[in-house]
Amino acid sequence: MKSLAELEAIRDKTLSEINMRTDRQGGIRIVVGMATCGIAAGARPVLGAIIEEVSKRELKDVIVSQTGCIGVCRLEPIVEVYRPGEEKVTYVMMTPQKAVEMVTEHIVNNKPIKKYTIGEADK
Amino acid sequence: MKELSLHILDIANNSVAAGASLVEITVDEDIENNRLSITVKDNGTGMSPEALSGVTDPFSTSRKTREVGLGVPLFANAARQSGGGIDISSQLGEGTVVTAWFMHNHIDRQPLGDIASTFVALVTESANIDFIYRHILYDKIFEADTREIKDKLKQVPINTPEVVLWLKDFIIEGINTLRR
Repeated sequence: MKSLAELEAIRDKTLSEINMRTDRQGGIRIVVGMATCGIAAGARPVLGAIIEEVSKRELKDVIVSQTGCIGVCRLEPIVEVYRPGEEKVTYVMMTPQKAVEMVTEHIVNNKPIKKYTIGEADK
Repeated sequence: MKELSLHILDIANNSVAAGASLVEITVDEDIENNRLSITVKDNGTGMSPEALSGVTDPFSTSRKTREVGLGVPLFANAARQSGGGIDISSQLGEGTVVTAWFMHNHIDRQPLGDIASTFVALVTESANIDFIYRHILYDKIFEADTREIKDKLKQVPINTPEVVLWLKDFIIEGINTLRR
């Protein structure tokens, strides 16, 4: 059974890593659209898959966050990737599987998956 | 929306947008009276009587980007289709309380779904806001309060991956224990 006391152990274990994380600069930002349209289209499991993959791979300079409606509701779930110094990449109609693939290829290997991006959506 | 937990995420996001510092989510399963109720209470900016009267109208929204807002209307519809309803009270400067109720065994009542993922999505995005999740079943109560969690964590942020994974399991286990 989980208890609040376990948090103290987690706290002690992660303290040193935390300092690294707050000091980081110029990290990658992954943003998931989490308005009504995104949620209804399945954004929550996409967000969960990204958080899980990022923590499994221990990617320390990646921030996962959420935003409101991006404006293209029919293409939700939408995920945007901001890498410093590069143009934003917008992924559309995401699924947890595509999201995990995106973390591997785009975030880790720095090869954006073109076929999942907004530019390819209406072709 | 396929699950009530998705509606909860959406409605609680409204509380976040309203500048709340504390958002209380209560799920009350009153099996004896065949009633499930969900309450989202916040201490955000609240709404004027005019704004409140239009809140279940899909063509009423405070946002500037377009003229529709579907969060509350979808939640209201989910309640009505399962023999329930919705009640929203709000006071400018005080906050807003949204309560929806459902016939627990109604065939069109959506499942509660993945509450833990909803809570984690809220807490990770708004680490500076406090959330309480309270689940009542018969005479048993499970409660997760981010103020208590942050108190234990001290300087470690609540949206640290290790903490997030713990929090998810904490909620899943807490709800499962109620059902046992």
